[in-house]
Amino acid sequence: MSNWDTVWQMRGTFLAGFGSTLLLFLVAATAGFLLGCLAIYALEGRANPGRRLLRALIDGVRMLPFLIFIYLLYYGLPALGLRLSAWNAGMAGLAIYHGAYFAEILRGARLVLPPGSLEAAYAHGYTGGKAFLRIVLPQLVMRTRGIMGNQLIMCLKDTSFLSIITVTELTAAANAVQSRYFIPVEAFVVAIALYWLLSIAIEALVRWAGRFGRQRGIEHD
Amino acid sequence: MTEAPAVSIRNVSKSFDGYEVLRDINLTVAKGEVVSILGSSGSGKSTLLRCVNWLEQPDRGEIHIGGARMGVDEHSGKPLRSRALAAMRARTGMVFQNFNLWPHFTVLQNVMEVPVHVRGVPKDQARQRAQALLDKVGLAEKAGQYPHTLSGGQKQRVAIARVLAMEPQVLLFDEPTSALDPERVGEVLAVMRDLSADGYTMMVVTHEMDFARAVSDKVVFLEQGKIIEQGDPETFFTRPRTDRVRKFLDREH
Repeated sequence: MSNWDTVWQMRGTFLAGFGSTLLLFLVAATAGFLLGCLAIYALEGRANPGRRLLRALIDGVRMLPFLIFIYLLYYGLPALGLRLSAWNAGMAGLAIYHGAYFAEILRGARLVLPPGSLEAAYAHGYTGGKAFLRIVLPQLVMRTRGIMGNQLIMCLKDTSFLSIITVTELTAAANAVQSRYFIPVEAFVVAIALYWLLSIAIEALVRWAGRFGRQRGIEHD
Repeated sequence: MTEAPAVSIRNVSKSFDGYEVLRDINLTVAKGEVVSILGSSGSGKSTLLRCVNWLEQPDRGEIHIGGARMGVDEHSGKPLRSRALAAMRARTGMVFQNFNLWPHFTVLQNVMEVPVHVRGVPKDQARQRAQALLDKVGLAEKAGQYPHTLSGGQKQRVAIARVLAMEPQVLLFDEPTSALDPERVGEVLAVMRDLSADGYTMMVVTHEMDFARAVSDKVVFLEQGKIIEQGDPETFFTRPRTDRVRKFLDREH
C-alpha cells in the first residue's frame, strides 16, 4: 500500500481536522473583527486614562508571541481559577490576538480618515455611536480591505498553533497521521494543500470585495 | 407674544489657544431672512457659523435656535447630552465648503440617510422625498451614482438636497462656492437663490458679493472677530459707513 493510499484511508481524520480549522477560523476571525471594531470605537475621542490603558493593552497583545499567549490562556489561567477547555482557550486566544491586530489596522485608517464626513454627520444630527457605525466604520473597512485580507490569512495560519494545546484541528490531524504511519511528507503536504485552499478562497473573497471600494472611489486599481 | 427669532446670537465670544476669534457677537436672524456674513479670511465668519450648530463651542454667550438654547441645558446650565445635542443640531442644516458627502453612499442614499437613520422616516417615504429634492436641485438622474463621479457643483447641490431632507429651521452655508471652479459657482448660487425665494431662513458665509447684494435681507461684516457693520445690502454696498468696508468692497470688485 502506498503512502498516498494511507492518506486516503485517513481522509476522515483530515476532514475532521479541516472542519475544525475552518470553524475556528470563521468564529475567531468574526469575533476578532468585532472586537477590533469595538476597540476602535472605544478609542474615539480625546485620550483619557481609559483609552491610554486600552491602547497599551492592544499593543501588549500585539507584541506577545501568539504561542505564549495561548500557553498563558490554557496553562496559566487555571492558576487564577479559570479553567478553559483547549478549544475555548484556543478560540478566545485567536479572537483576542487578532482582534488587537484588527483594532490597530482600523486605528491607522481612522487617523487618516478626512474629518469632513464625520463632521457632516454630527451637523446632520447624528449621535456618536450611530455616526461611527453608519459613516466612519464602513469607510474604514473599505480603506483597509487589502491589509484586512492579509490579517485573515494570518489568523487562519495561527489556528495551527492550537494543535500544541491539543486542539484537534488540521495540523494536529496531519501530525497524528504522520506519527502513526511514519509518512510526514505526505501527511503535511495534504495539510498544506488544505491551508492553501482556504487561503486562496479568502484571498478571492477579499479581492472580490474590492469592487465596493472601487465603485465608490475609495480604492483605485 | 412675538415669535422667537430663527437664530439669536447673544454676546458670543470664542478663543483658540488664547487668540480671540469672536468678540462679543450679537446677531438676530428673523424667520425667512437671508443674512450674508462677509469679511476677509480669518475674520471669524466660519467660526461664527460653526458656533450656531455647536461644531465649535463658544466660550461665552448664548445661541438660540427658534427660541431653544443650543448646546446647553436651559435648566441645569450643563452641556446638552449627546442625544439632546444631536436633536438641537438637526434644527440647523449646514452646507460645507468641501461638501463632505458620504463617499460610501450613492447620491440618493446620501439624501435618504438622515431621514431614515436619524429621524426614523419610513424608507419608501424618504426615497420619494429624496428623489423630489434631487429633482429640485436638478440632479434626479444622478441618484444612483456615487459622489466621486460628480463635479464639485453637483456635489454641492447634492449636499444641499441632503440638508433639505432633514427639514431644518435654518440653513447654514459655510463658503459653499469657495471650493468650486468658477464655471460651477453659478449653478450652486442659483439653487440657493431658489431656496431664499422658497422662504428658507439662511445664514451664508460667502465671498460672492453679487449674491450677497441680490439675495440677502441683511449683510454683516466681520473684522477680527467683531461685527463692524451690519445693515440692508443696498446701504452696505453703496454707502458703507466704515473705511474698512469701503476698502474691502473696492478690493472685491
